[in-house]
Amino acid sequence: MIKTIISEGLPVDEQLIIRKNTIQHGNGTKRICIVTGTHGDELEGQYVCFELIRRLNESIEHLNGTVEVYPALNPLGVDSVSRGIPTFDLDMNRIFPGDPNGHLIEYTAFKIVEDLKGADMVIDIHASNIFLREMPQARINVQTSRKLIPFAKMLNIDFIWIHDAATVLEATLAYSLNALKTPTIVVEMGIGMRITRTYGNRLVDGIFNMMRKMDMWHGAALKNISKPTVSTKGEVHFLNAEFSGIIIPSVSHSDIVKKGDLLCQIVDSYQGVILQNVFSPVDGLLFTLRTYPVVYEGSLLARIYSETTEK
Amino acid sequence: MTEEILFTLKSPYRDDFKIRGFRFGCGEKSVAIVGAMRGNEVQQQFTCSQVVKNLLAIEKAGKLIPGHEILIIPSANHFSMNINKRFWAMDNTDINRMFPGYDKGETTQRIAAAIFENVRGYKYGIQLASFYMPGDFIPHVRMMDTGFQNVKLAKKFGLPFVMIRKPLPYDTAVLNYNWQVFDTQAFSIYSGDTDIINKDTAKMAWLSILRFLHNMKIIDNTMHEGYTSCVIKDANLETIISNQSGILYGLRGANDEVKKGDILAKILDPFTGEVRSEIISPLDGTIFFAHQKPLVHHNTVMFKIVRF
Ligand SMILES: [Zn+2]
Repeated sequence: MIKTIISEGLPVDEQLIIRKNTIQHGNGTKRICIVTGTHGDELEGQYVCFELIRRLNESIEHLNGTVEVYPALNPLGVDSVSRGIPTFDLDMNRIFPGDPNGHLIEYTAFKIVEDLKGADMVIDIHASNIFLREMPQARINVQTSRKLIPFAKMLNIDFIWIHDAATVLEATLAYSLNALKTPTIVVEMGIGMRITRTYGNRLVDGIFNMMRKMDMWHGAALKNISKPTVSTKGEVHFLNAEFSGIIIPSVSHSDIVKKGDLLCQIVDSYQGVILQNVFSPVDGLLFTLRTYPVVYEGSLLARIYSETTEK
Repeated sequence: MTEEILFTLKSPYRDDFKIRGFRFGCGEKSVAIVGAMRGNEVQQQFTCSQVVKNLLAIEKAGKLIPGHEILIIPSANHFSMNINKRFWAMDNTDINRMFPGYDKGETTQRIAAAIFENVRGYKYGIQLASFYMPGDFIPHVRMMDTGFQNVKLAKKFGLPFVMIRKPLPYDTAVLNYNWQVFDTQAFSIYSGDTDIINKDTAKMAWLSILRFLHNMKIIDNTMHEGYTSCVIKDANLETIISNQSGILYGLRGANDEVKKGDILAKILDPFTGEVRSEIISPLDGTIFFAHQKPLVHHNTVMFKIVRF
């Protein structure tokens, strides 16, 4: 059943509407929420919402509980190819938990949190940005890692990145919900403005697997769930461009790379010369790779996770 | 005065991006001033250019007090300004969300690091700032309530108001906050406008900076005292939110004294012009902030009124 959680007036003959689809069956009290579309240019979650609901509807009799799907927390952005909220300056994922007395958008953020509060699990799906491709991964704040890692492992992803607490991240949806004791996992996968069906299918399989473990789903679910690498025993290396220019990729994404492997080249298309050969500094898992070709000094090119070898 | 290039960044095809600094006097690092960090901060850039112009005249007249160094960076983001973008031209990130910066990080982290490297260690830091909501402000000085702020100093600008604000999570990455954490007394000057040049409010802002420099005995430039600043916090502001959407027909603006019951604005039906809502002042006070865009959303901050 489609429910409207926000309906607020825009200047000329239009409402800002945020909706969710609530799918409920049986008398189980467990509730999970799938949210996406906070950043209007991240669309991988659209396929996940579609496929999840399609499969649920197909065998609804196996559901015992409630699944709520929010495909577009930022409908103005999704419908206008805009990462942020059109007319508003701040990143939507930097204004949570919102403010009931604030600006329309802060008020919207407040209502979203109110609506999600109390769920047994919230999966907040992001799709990087238009520059970088991400392998399916969960991002978890170190403060909530003990509680969330077991659930993230059920999601059929490749990598779990436990990151440090940072004050600026306290204004994200995930942080705000976790602070309210509503467990929330951020999933990053794919790339902005595109849909990668294989990644979407994997996450949907993962969500069904998680629902089964939570005793909400008694139907079919994938047996061999991917065992993700967890970033607790190593280090994430950030590779940034040392030159401005055009990058030409040399490796495929989601790969294991060896120290010294050529990842990409930064070239000068005026002169036909190579400005920088970008080599992997370590043996590790290449989980982020830039695909957008134009780079400035400093642009992120890749992130590699390497396990620390014990001596 | 010496003009220096503090930072250069190569672009794939555009001209090099340069941050220029204008250094007056020598000796103790007394004041650093930063102008436009966002591409639409034209008023901030103009204000800063006027500070440079006045300091040049003051220097020529021999009225810089010896033993002080002043550094001014009028523009740190003209790569965006030149193409009508507010945030960084390539990836839309906000330089003023990247402090203290990281010289091995992303492009805007590197720009922030270069700015911070140059402006840190000064006794006073002044940023010409803009607000994330569109509208008019009473010119004022803002300080963050970090525990390090000195309100007495903020009053030396002689602007009508000094506002003390509790930092929010994202504020920890702005210049003002990082200045304070690294022992600089930091002030943000809001002159009221951003995308357009308002000569009157810009003048108030650059005069207030010269007044501050004079009051702190960094320049000798006697001028009128300005205002006795009224110090306020968020709790002193009454926020009025729109209860309708439509076309905004504003009647009162920033700086107006209003009485309880006054009509401040009307919200009109965009098809028929019919009045959907009258925004009434719930108290006597001074309008501190007024929404300025011609179109208004439901549940938007329309006015902030200082309660006395
Ligand atoms: Zn995102």
